[in-house]
Amino acid sequence: MAASNPLQMSTSSTSQAVRTENLCRYYTMGGSTIRAVDGITLAIERGEFVALLGQSGSGKSTLLNLLAGLDRPTSGSVQVAGRDLARMSSEELARYRRNDVGMVFQSFHLIPAMTITENVELPMRFAEVERSERAQRVRESLERVGLGKRLEHRPSELSGGEQQRVSLARALANRPSMLLADEPTGNLDSRTGEDILNLIRDVSLSLGMTVVMVTHERALAERFAQRLVFLGDGKLLSQEALA
Amino acid sequence: MKGYDLLDLAVRNLRQSKLRNGLTTVGISVGVASLVAMLSLGVGLQQLATKRLAGSGMFDTVFVTSKQDFRGFDREQDQKDQHPENAPVLDDAARDKMAHLQYVTEVEPEIRVMGEIVYGGQTHYGFVTGLPMSARENEAFDNLQGKFFSRSDADEVILLSDFAKELDPSNPKALIGQQVTLRYGEHQPLAADSDTSGRPQLSGEQSGGSNSNAGDSYGFSVVRKTQQLKVMGIIDEEPYGGMRTVSRGRIFLPVDLTAKLNMAEFSDMRSSLRGHGRTYMTLTVRVKDPAKVAQVQDAIKQMGFRTFSVLDATKSLRRFFTVLDLFLGIFGSLALAVATLAIINTLVMAVLERRREIGVMKAIGASDGDVKRLFFAEAGAMGFLGGVLGIALGFAIGKAINIGTGIYLHNHQLPAEAVWIMPPWLIGAAIAFSIVVSLLAGLYPASRAARLDPVQTLKYE
Repeated sequence: MAASNPLQMSTSSTSQAVRTENLCRYYTMGGSTIRAVDGITLAIERGEFVALLGQSGSGKSTLLNLLAGLDRPTSGSVQVAGRDLARMSSEELARYRRNDVGMVFQSFHLIPAMTITENVELPMRFAEVERSERAQRVRESLERVGLGKRLEHRPSELSGGEQQRVSLARALANRPSMLLADEPTGNLDSRTGEDILNLIRDVSLSLGMTVVMVTHERALAERFAQRLVFLGDGKLLSQEALA
Repeated sequence: MKGYDLLDLAVRNLRQSKLRNGLTTVGISVGVASLVAMLSLGVGLQQLATKRLAGSGMFDTVFVTSKQDFRGFDREQDQKDQHPENAPVLDDAARDKMAHLQYVTEVEPEIRVMGEIVYGGQTHYGFVTGLPMSARENEAFDNLQGKFFSRSDADEVILLSDFAKELDPSNPKALIGQQVTLRYGEHQPLAADSDTSGRPQLSGEQSGGSNSNAGDSYGFSVVRKTQQLKVMGIIDEEPYGGMRTVSRGRIFLPVDLTAKLNMAEFSDMRSSLRGHGRTYMTLTVRVKDPAKVAQVQDAIKQMGFRTFSVLDATKSLRRFFTVLDLFLGIFGSLALAVATLAIINTLVMAVLERRREIGVMKAIGASDGDVKRLFFAEAGAMGFLGGVLGIALGFAIGKAINIGTGIYLHNHQLPAEAVWIMPPWLIGAAIAFSIVVSLLAGLYPASRAARLDPVQTLKYE
């Protein structure tokens, strides 16, 4: 199945999904400057599964947020489809997050008051998807992550693995071309974590979707990712391509 | 985000903390209710007052009195007129002159004399006044039991209910259709009015020496007469809202009958003393068009008479009610101002509580504007609900006020009056105002929610 919502290429055709150029993100905290991301240049191919590895505080989550357009770089650029996220208005960034990116978090971040169906529907509300289309697309997303039952339950009534599946279904709701996952297995036992990563890989393969995953579990990363990127102190330490 | 999604999410969020949002909404409704109750009270009182004036049928009427009479009524004016005895009197010549002024349709005297009604062997005193046939159309009185006069000179009478009770305490209504006897004093000019020789006592009092003029010796007799009258109806209240000379009576005759009977008036005595011919206490000048009242009033003032029209009364009345409405509005708004603080508080709490939710929504594609609009929608929804509830509450308060005053008036033997009237425009305006105020209160919380940094809100797990 082809990607249903590919990024439009405005410049000369390239196979890159996203490329950062000397990307920096500094914070000032109590008078001192923290260089969370410090001059990272990184290119990620379309359809590639990349794992960002590093100790906590290495800047991997900050990099992910910059790729997601949730955070703005202090300097440098994030090129997506020939456009620089650093120069987008907050409205354009919102549109980018809504249409081109799906996010999965360690603690799922589902809305507790909403049912499973409603949680998956929520991004479609922001994307102004016609109401008549939504039920079909919600079902499609949930089927893709293997959930067909208890759809009118609240997230708290589900197991951790099931909640992460809902979260993944929500990330897929607007058919993004890139999935950004921040420690998706961090709150799951190892078997459930593997299930989720299997699922992410399958979805990625079947939809041709780029995946960038932040993790500190090297063993898992080696099993599922095509490339490992090691970060430390906000810098890119090394890269390792896997077969 | 589309409107229906916005509304759906807003209502969903409001339902999340029912108690808090419910209390805030009740707060708004109390504010709206107090505003509505106050303004409706203002409107009701104003309508009550103007209805009284309109009922007096005086919007097209100028009342004319001589400056010789009723001194002290207008002190400022009295100061200017140092010699009231020189002021012109309301005689037939003046009446005729007024009748020929432009736009004047009719000039009628207001006749009010003392009289007696004999019924069932008993005699009852009361003031007798003449009502024109136009009194019926002018809504001069609200509750007429029985019928109005058949003709303007019919031998008929309408009684004030208090007076009817005096005649027949057990069943005053039974009087309708009965014959009663009116005793009154008839004004009879002396046969030899211009001949002073027949009255030595008058010539004996000549001291000024200027009384060679035969006109000075004007005089009249008052002769007791009786007239059979049929009781046509009974009214509860004085006609014309009790605001005119003719309304202050208890026995009402058709105006032409009073003229025909030629009753002796108080002013006759005075006219006699002053040596004028017959004069009137008050003339009622009816104007074709209420818009011309001021013009006619000026013309009559030029003739040297004192005038009064409702125009004068309504001018100050309107000013009074504008100020009253303003004050009532301010007091009513105080509660709404407090409610505004409650909205701000509630929404700021909601922003703090839903920090993470807001971050999640932004992460999955909500723009700052979406978040802002969502909080606005919540504020607006509370405002709308509060407004609707407030109208209902205000309505209940108003009904209670009306019932309360009704009971009070009834206990004082007065007919019930609606002092509290909610005009339809106020319903729409109050709800709209409530929504606008709520949206203004939502400004700060909404922009605060929109400014939240999603990275910060999602950071701590």
